[in-house]
Amino acid sequence: MSMFFTIAVIILVFLVIFQIAKASEYVSVLKGEEKSRAQSNKINGFLMVAFLVLGLIGVYLCNKALYHKTLLPQGSASVQGEKVDSMLWVTLILTGVVFVATQIVLFVFAYKYQENPKRKVFFFPHNNTLELIWTVVPAIALTVLVVIGLRNWFMFTSEAPANALRVEVTGKQFGWVFRYAGKDNEFGKKYFRIIDDAGNNPLGQIWADNEQFRLKADPANNDDIVVQQTMYVVKDKPVQLIINSRDVIHDVGLPAFRMKMDAVPGTPTTLWFTPKYTTKEMKERTGNPDYIYEISCDQMCGNGHYSMKGIIEVVTQEEYDAWLAKQTPNYLVANPPAEPAATPAVPAAKDSTLKPAADSAHTVAIK
Amino acid sequence: MSNEAVLHANVGVSGHDAHHDEHHGHHHETFISKYVFSMDHKMIAKQFLITGMVWAVLGGLMSVLFRLQLGYPDSTFPWLEDILGKWAKGGRISAEAYYALVTTHGTVLVFFVLTAGLSGTFSNFLIPLQIGARDMASPLMNMLSYWFFFIASIVMLSSVFIETGPFSGGWTAYPPLSALGDASPGSKTGMDLWLTAMALFVVSQLLAGLNYIATILNMRTKGMSMTRLPLTIWALFFTAVLGVLSFPVLFSGFILLIFDRNFGTSFYLSDIFLSTTNTALPNEGGSAILYQHLFWFLGHPEVYIILLPAMGMASEVLSTNARKPIFGYMAMVGSMFAIAVLAFLVWAHHMFVTGLNPFLGSIFVLLTLLIAVPSAIKVFNWLTTLWRGNIRFTPAMMFAIGFVSLFISGGLTGIWLGNSALDIHLHDTYFVIAHFHIVMGVASMFGMFAGVYHWYPKMYGTYMNNTLAYIHFWITLIGAYLIFWPMHYEGLAGMPRRYYDYGVWESFKQFVELNRFISTVVIIVFAAQFFFLFNFFYSIFKGRKVTTTNPWGSNTLEWTTPIKPGHGNWTGEIPEVHRWAYDYGKDGQDFIPQTVPVGDNETQH
Repeated sequence: MSMFFTIAVIILVFLVIFQIAKASEYVSVLKGEEKSRAQSNKINGFLMVAFLVLGLIGVYLCNKALYHKTLLPQGSASVQGEKVDSMLWVTLILTGVVFVATQIVLFVFAYKYQENPKRKVFFFPHNNTLELIWTVVPAIALTVLVVIGLRNWFMFTSEAPANALRVEVTGKQFGWVFRYAGKDNEFGKKYFRIIDDAGNNPLGQIWADNEQFRLKADPANNDDIVVQQTMYVVKDKPVQLIINSRDVIHDVGLPAFRMKMDAVPGTPTTLWFTPKYTTKEMKERTGNPDYIYEISCDQMCGNGHYSMKGIIEVVTQEEYDAWLAKQTPNYLVANPPAEPAATPAVPAAKDSTLKPAADSAHTVAIK
Repeated sequence: MSNEAVLHANVGVSGHDAHHDEHHGHHHETFISKYVFSMDHKMIAKQFLITGMVWAVLGGLMSVLFRLQLGYPDSTFPWLEDILGKWAKGGRISAEAYYALVTTHGTVLVFFVLTAGLSGTFSNFLIPLQIGARDMASPLMNMLSYWFFFIASIVMLSSVFIETGPFSGGWTAYPPLSALGDASPGSKTGMDLWLTAMALFVVSQLLAGLNYIATILNMRTKGMSMTRLPLTIWALFFTAVLGVLSFPVLFSGFILLIFDRNFGTSFYLSDIFLSTTNTALPNEGGSAILYQHLFWFLGHPEVYIILLPAMGMASEVLSTNARKPIFGYMAMVGSMFAIAVLAFLVWAHHMFVTGLNPFLGSIFVLLTLLIAVPSAIKVFNWLTTLWRGNIRFTPAMMFAIGFVSLFISGGLTGIWLGNSALDIHLHDTYFVIAHFHIVMGVASMFGMFAGVYHWYPKMYGTYMNNTLAYIHFWITLIGAYLIFWPMHYEGLAGMPRRYYDYGVWESFKQFVELNRFISTVVIIVFAAQFFFLFNFFYSIFKGRKVTTTNPWGSNTLEWTTPIKPGHGNWTGEIPEVHRWAYDYGKDGQDFIPQTVPVGDNETQH
């Protein structure tokens, strides 16, 4: 019922406005074209400056209300991101000045040069000096921005330092899988057609010879650690992400670190950065006890796109080492050793996907 | 202004004239031939315009629906279930429907409204009228271009009603998502229909574009050299060239996609394992990025296909209503030429985060920021055109000024995004949404409104109501800024686009209130568009009658035709042109139409 009422009100408002508009047209016909034009010119000329002034005040108020919600006041959480922020400020100041100046000129001119029967229009078809100035000046300004931008761009896309921690990130509908190279610091080979979620091989690591696809087992896989959802990286230590996708295109979005890279099936990509603050420090810096570094998928990847969230836990080296020590290589998770003696103290119970049989075998071994 | 092309143009035109006059006497028009399968460029223009308006309402309504979800993610609206059925169970739009709405909104607005509706309408309407031709080079092709567009519209519309829903993978339709029905329900039949509709649309654009180019090059009236063309025609010319050169590339991209979808090829597919079916696909060796290159090779020129007509019309309207020549005519033409050339060389700036080769990326940064120079020239020239003018705030003029304002605001953020190092951070966030909606969406829409209000008297022989137009203008301008300005801040907080719900995100859920505010403004602005629609259709029948052939005191040729020109435009000879289109305020005269011969003691410029 209220629905119909609302619609009725809206239609009524429309009709009233329309009648007023219609009436004003009759009035203007009666008054004569020249006179009514002069009047509407005056009103609209005034509204133009009013819009300018209120608009600029609006810009200021909007900034006041929203600035603290952006990432700028908390600063970049990565060393590289500082460059992004400083470049952002330079660009903001440059474009901001142009914005304010041109908008003022536009609306002030509109107001000032509204029709006045006494004014003689200045016939001014072209002027080479002026045109040269506003070709050259923007060109110079843009050159400055290009130089700053490209210097940063080449730095961001350069080879990661040799000591960087390497993490392989794989996107899938709708979540993230992370792989650490393990003790040998080498990622084992994988093949997408042997991916087996139920068999605990979400990446298709080749850890056994495969007749069908003519694959040879890669022993480098045996110590690779695979985790889902949360990735651990070390404060002040460069981290390189090797990014893959299992199905459609995803994107590793790291707004806090000012980084982003697509995950493309079939074409691995990389990015690297150096985290500056641990998650704990970030909670203090932002004053938000719930703060976490979030990985957002930034490339439309299907109906669950909006929920494709990963977490980065930035920790100190000691915390990282402790965490790493607790992880079981995925090979052992998926292929629990039959011979208990071969595996000294693997904390297997942590992983819920383990088959109960394997679990009990383990318990026996410890006894 | 040069005169060289005069004799040249004359030959073609006079031949055409003779042919036409022959047929003029016994030209019976039935309802079908006049309103449906019309070959009159003016009627085809109106067909494009009105179809574009229908799509604009549908596309706008879609944005209202998905903005409801963004603004009120926790509320339910039972009436939504009444309208959308299973797509809004319990009164809340499902994720599937949300993405379908977003995708269709984008496709429809970019292609059907701002390409067909904008350049389709005004190329058809203005080219023959402003260059002095009886009709297009090929009226038949012209008619076909509309009907291909119409069929494309029907196919696109039909995809909304199928079981698995319309395509829902974003208007850019990146594979593998768009290639695999198992990856998303929208990529099933909905995507087939989407591709079919787009293929038909490309055909329509090519028929239209070739025709526009042929007409402008060959059918200018006597004296109308290229350098005397109004800027609208230059803009529409470059638009057509861009379309003809880039749409086929998009088409080839679609063909490969159709093969990947239906015939088991691997152009775009490699290394794919689908969790939904728990199977690995046999495809290997394809490149998903290849599609993006093909898509953006059209996709970027497309931005200028949308913008250039608006720029051209704004130039014309600003000059006419400032009663002052456009400043720097040759610089305006030159900058449009530069934009048209550069438009083909910047496409990869949409792909900075795809793992593009960094060196290649740096070239695209350079070329992208280079395109800001001609854009800046245009802005400064528009501003100088206003300087010491005598401005009449007709509704068209208001929208032209609004266009300049929006073009500045949206153009400047392009400098941020074109710089790859900054783009890494801002890519695919709300900053991008704000940028392209202001500069391409709303600005072009303003150009279109300026065009409609300005040429309406020529189209229908009546005026639209000014008061309604002013209300429409102010609500739309203020609303556009209120909607898109705050989105820059969401982008600076890293908020990704195309999210159905931000509730689970610690970093983005802080914008709930802002999103609600934006959604509210969206509804108001959408409602305000009905002032325009009502004004448009009401005025066709009941508007104040135009009593003079040249109501705006304009120089261009269309105002030398009868108030309601018939098929063939001029009743007698086509007038000869003696000067450029911008002699406003020269030697103390308010305006000197192009048809007036140059006087002996007239000043040179």
